[in-house]
Amino acid sequence: MTSAHRRRPLALWFGAGLLGLIVLCTLLGPILWGLPGDQMDLTARNQGPSGAHPLGTDQLGRDLLARVLAGGRISLGVGALAMLVSVALGTAVGVLAGMVRWLDGPLMRVTDLFLSLPLLPLVLIAITLFRAPLSATFGPETGIFVLVVAVIGATSWMQTARVVRSEVLGVMGRSYIMAARSTGTRGVTIATRHVLPNTQSAIIVSATLSVATAIITESTLSFLGLGFPPDFATWGRLLFDGTAYLSDYPGRAIWPGALISLSVLATVYVGDGLRDRSDPRYFKNR
Amino acid sequence: MLNYTIRRLTLALPTLLAISLVVFALMELAPGDPMAQLPLTISPEVKAQIRETLGLDAPSHVRFGKWLWQLGVVEPSVWLDHVFGTTLAEGQTRMISWQTRGPVMDLIGQRLPQTLWVVGLAYLFGTALALPVGIWSAYRQYSAFDQITTGVSIIGFAVPPFFSGVLLILLFSVHLEWLSSVYDTTLRVTGWDSFGQQLRQMALPVAVLSLQTTAQISRYMRSAMLDHLGQDYVRAARARGINEGGMLWRHVLPNALVPVVSVIALGLPQVFAGAIVTEQIFRVNGVGHLLISSIQANDLPTVQTITVLLATLIVICNLLADLAYGALDPRIRYD
Amino acid sequence: MTLPTTLTGLALGALMALPLGAEGRGADGALRILYWQAPSTLNPYLSGGIKDNEAASLCLEPLIRYDPTGAMIPWLVDVVPTLENGGVSADLTRITWRLKDGLRWSDGSAVTSDDLRFTWEYCTAEGGGCAQLEKFADVVAVETPDTRTATVIFSKPKPFPYGPFVGPQAPILQAAQFADCVGPRAPTCTDANFAPIGTGPYRVTQFRPGDVVVYEVNPEYRDPSKPGFATVTIKGGGTAESAARAVLETAEFDYAWNLQLSPDVLSRMQARGKGGVVSAFGSLVERIAVNFTDPDPAHGATRATAAHPHPVLSNPAVRRALSMALDRGMMAEIGYGPAGRPTCNLLPVAADGTGAADNACLQQNLAGARALLDQAGWVDSDGDGVRDKAGQDLRLLFQTSTNAVRQDFQAVIKEWWRQIGVATELRNIDASVFFGADPGSPDTMQKFHADVQMYAGAFDGADPEAYLTTWTCDKAPHPENQWQGANVSRWCDPAYDALAAELAVTAGLDARAALAWAMNDSLVKNGVVLPLVDRGRVSGHVNDLGGVAINAWDSELWNIADWHRIKY
Repeated sequence: MTSAHRRRPLALWFGAGLLGLIVLCTLLGPILWGLPGDQMDLTARNQGPSGAHPLGTDQLGRDLLARVLAGGRISLGVGALAMLVSVALGTAVGVLAGMVRWLDGPLMRVTDLFLSLPLLPLVLIAITLFRAPLSATFGPETGIFVLVVAVIGATSWMQTARVVRSEVLGVMGRSYIMAARSTGTRGVTIATRHVLPNTQSAIIVSATLSVATAIITESTLSFLGLGFPPDFATWGRLLFDGTAYLSDYPGRAIWPGALISLSVLATVYVGDGLRDRSDPRYFKNR
Repeated sequence: MLNYTIRRLTLALPTLLAISLVVFALMELAPGDPMAQLPLTISPEVKAQIRETLGLDAPSHVRFGKWLWQLGVVEPSVWLDHVFGTTLAEGQTRMISWQTRGPVMDLIGQRLPQTLWVVGLAYLFGTALALPVGIWSAYRQYSAFDQITTGVSIIGFAVPPFFSGVLLILLFSVHLEWLSSVYDTTLRVTGWDSFGQQLRQMALPVAVLSLQTTAQISRYMRSAMLDHLGQDYVRAARARGINEGGMLWRHVLPNALVPVVSVIALGLPQVFAGAIVTEQIFRVNGVGHLLISSIQANDLPTVQTITVLLATLIVICNLLADLAYGALDPRIRYD
Repeated sequence: MTLPTTLTGLALGALMALPLGAEGRGADGALRILYWQAPSTLNPYLSGGIKDNEAASLCLEPLIRYDPTGAMIPWLVDVVPTLENGGVSADLTRITWRLKDGLRWSDGSAVTSDDLRFTWEYCTAEGGGCAQLEKFADVVAVETPDTRTATVIFSKPKPFPYGPFVGPQAPILQAAQFADCVGPRAPTCTDANFAPIGTGPYRVTQFRPGDVVVYEVNPEYRDPSKPGFATVTIKGGGTAESAARAVLETAEFDYAWNLQLSPDVLSRMQARGKGGVVSAFGSLVERIAVNFTDPDPAHGATRATAAHPHPVLSNPAVRRALSMALDRGMMAEIGYGPAGRPTCNLLPVAADGTGAADNACLQQNLAGARALLDQAGWVDSDGDGVRDKAGQDLRLLFQTSTNAVRQDFQAVIKEWWRQIGVATELRNIDASVFFGADPGSPDTMQKFHADVQMYAGAFDGADPEAYLTTWTCDKAPHPENQWQGANVSRWCDPAYDALAAELAVTAGLDARAALAWAMNDSLVKNGVVLPLVDRGRVSGHVNDLGGVAINAWDSELWNIADWHRIKY
């Protein structure tokens, strides 16, 4: 197992490095690559890679590299923020349901309800009800961003809640919880000191999967026309648009697709690394 | 345990009622219109008349009551009539889909076989593959096997089916011409030939879907195994010289399975709901396709019925999952 | 005269000639067709959707069909009744149909004039929700002097009496099959609606709504040597792209309907040499509608009503400038390829380009557009790239339904308008909301809470009267009529209404066409609508499928009896 010792930090650093690189590139995109992603050149449509356009151009002559960089800012932002919303909601519901007996039933029924709701009408309603006020408060672009993050977060927490609850139920049966209870330790303290640390790994796995789900859900929303305005590039949308041209211009789909996969892969490696670090007993004993 | 089961079952009915009410309210609030798919050449006056014949002008509570009656009483009697030759449903109007003007239950019945074949099989394959993969990659953490399966499963999870499906079609249907890209729902398996045909048309959608399932479940399995491999009792067992296989099988696995069973049980009802994107790409036209086309057409009776049937399955599966926790981990008590 | 209303029944001979390679009924085996939007019912009177009408057209037939040029051809009658041959009465209130001799339904019973009368009763019955009610507008009776003759009587002179029993939307139903399905019982007759007995070359053996229809040869079909294929399968679902692939690349299917894909994708698929693409043009025109009322939410209840004229778009110069800035040829190429051609008119222009059509807009003129805006007082006084006037920026909200091509169009139009100093905010709305007429939703095309919007419109059959009268003052949607009405621009011009009134009483195809073009010009020259692309139909078929004659005026499968397998 000694070789494992050496490789573990490597995975963490590899993941963190890759993720950092992707985030940095997309953030610094406008500085690194001067072309704006929405500038059209109708004389240079569907071009292959060239000096002027390293990744080629799309069907409206927009530079693909610029669009990929711009899309990354939105996709990564949606992924990270929606994951936070979803994991926070899911953990709160899961811990409460697992620890507070009388809340278990109602909370799990609410979870059932959310699991069985069809996403599409829900999104339609949310957009109808909240698009105008959010646009007025944050401006049209930030408004729709907030809406998409909220919608994805609010409809993807159920799995985390179920998993966390089942972990918590397991933890609650352990002798040290009973001991803590018998000494009169407050519920909040038990939750933060004993329950959360012991459910951490499940939460981290949920969180890393949530990032992927959020990025992909955003692409599905764009595909259904419920997400960002059409002239907004996101990785999911670029990937979907590029799929039609897979035979002729494979780069159109492969670049955004590869970036989605790499970001998710890096997130998972970071998650795995953090998970191992967070489990001191495991670290010590191996 | 029995008390708990009975209590949960008695709670299930009001839960389902509440869910159907919320779904109904949601569809009511949603801004769509079942007339939206009609061509613009049809005048507003004619559309108003069609709306009237669909019963759309009735107040919401009347429509909800009617739908509930049809779902809870008329459709089961139709089924009983069909099975036992009785005439319970005579004179009752069945639940009619607005889009097709055919009974909703018949539609679901037509779509279910292909969904179960494709999505169900994919779930079975995916889970069967994910469990050993997750267990082994946790047991040999950071081995080459672990690194590779982690990489593959994450890529499998991060690539949307609308991309992987098209990729597989290009490879196996267009270039190699081995497999079919269109699912024939009228195919009847009657012999080896038609069975082979069924296998060929199922292969691609099942592959796309099981990749997703495997990716997700193996992640949870690996993480749960790692948690338990680090526990004191494992060290104690090792110290006592229990053989590794027996220890994994008898002690670690039952504990580690608790959260994984929850994930598997949660995914199970989704098999019924089908896979919207994959079904569309391969023209499987199962329940997922029915649901999405009904949502797009604002065919409320169909959407509500599928959703409530799905909710029923979710409630049942969650109960089963909770019971399974108790069986796997005796420390969990529900009294 | 470019409207395809000339009665060229004689031209039929060429199209209907016995195809080469056909060896007789059912000799060519199975025909497999893909409709990526699957048929949901086979009763056109209950649906109105193109996919349903076309799937039903294999069984149910009208008295008259339209050929690919838009001309009427007698189908279940020997001649098209006209004023000249006495089939239409001199006062234009009666039209007399005489069925072909020996017509039989697919169950073997004879087709009689009672079936015609029944079809009228079926569609006009109270509570039936018939989608084709307008085809039977003003019909007061159908008289049946004998079993082969039926006279349709209108309540007022009908200059164009070819509504009932004409075209794929209004075929003839069998009275015996639908007798118990009249009125409120119409939707409950699932067996009849899903397998109608007809006179067409095929009859339904299996129908799964939204998935697949399987047909077999109708043993009673009137031509003993047709149809060529023994069975037909229409499979639904998927996307246009995957449908094209299954025909042009893998040849798993013989025919794919409505391949609205970008031209380079289609040409690459055709390059595999397995199949080709066919196209035809009808009356479908993609257009931008201009809002003549102010959609500013500040107006509250009177938002987007005639009470507040649009502050910017009421000026004809602005509307013209917006139109001049568009490169319609480029749009047709980007969006529709072989299925699109740039147009400046709402009415279809004949292929030879004859007629009064004004095609000046085909040339993009950015400089001219800028000059027009300058003259109208819209100048960029604060240097932010957006023109302004009296402290107000020239900003427009541009909405349309969600659809890949429309979103590309939005993007290029936004760019061109930016180049003339107009800022555009884009919005796309789910089609089920945008095209729905739910008065509770703010996002419908009828409410038009935006400055410009893009959609496609067309008319059924060959006469555009009903279509053109949708721009009259009384058709404007407003709160008092629950926002129902097709004049979404809320444009109101008494001169146009006068033209519409004149059209309603004018007989004679040439005179009607002249009036229709005058109305077209009024709409286009006033910038009420900015026509963009004349959208045709594009379908694909494998190389060895013969007899296909794609038709934008009738069902694409109108002549499926002539389809056959080409043997090399």
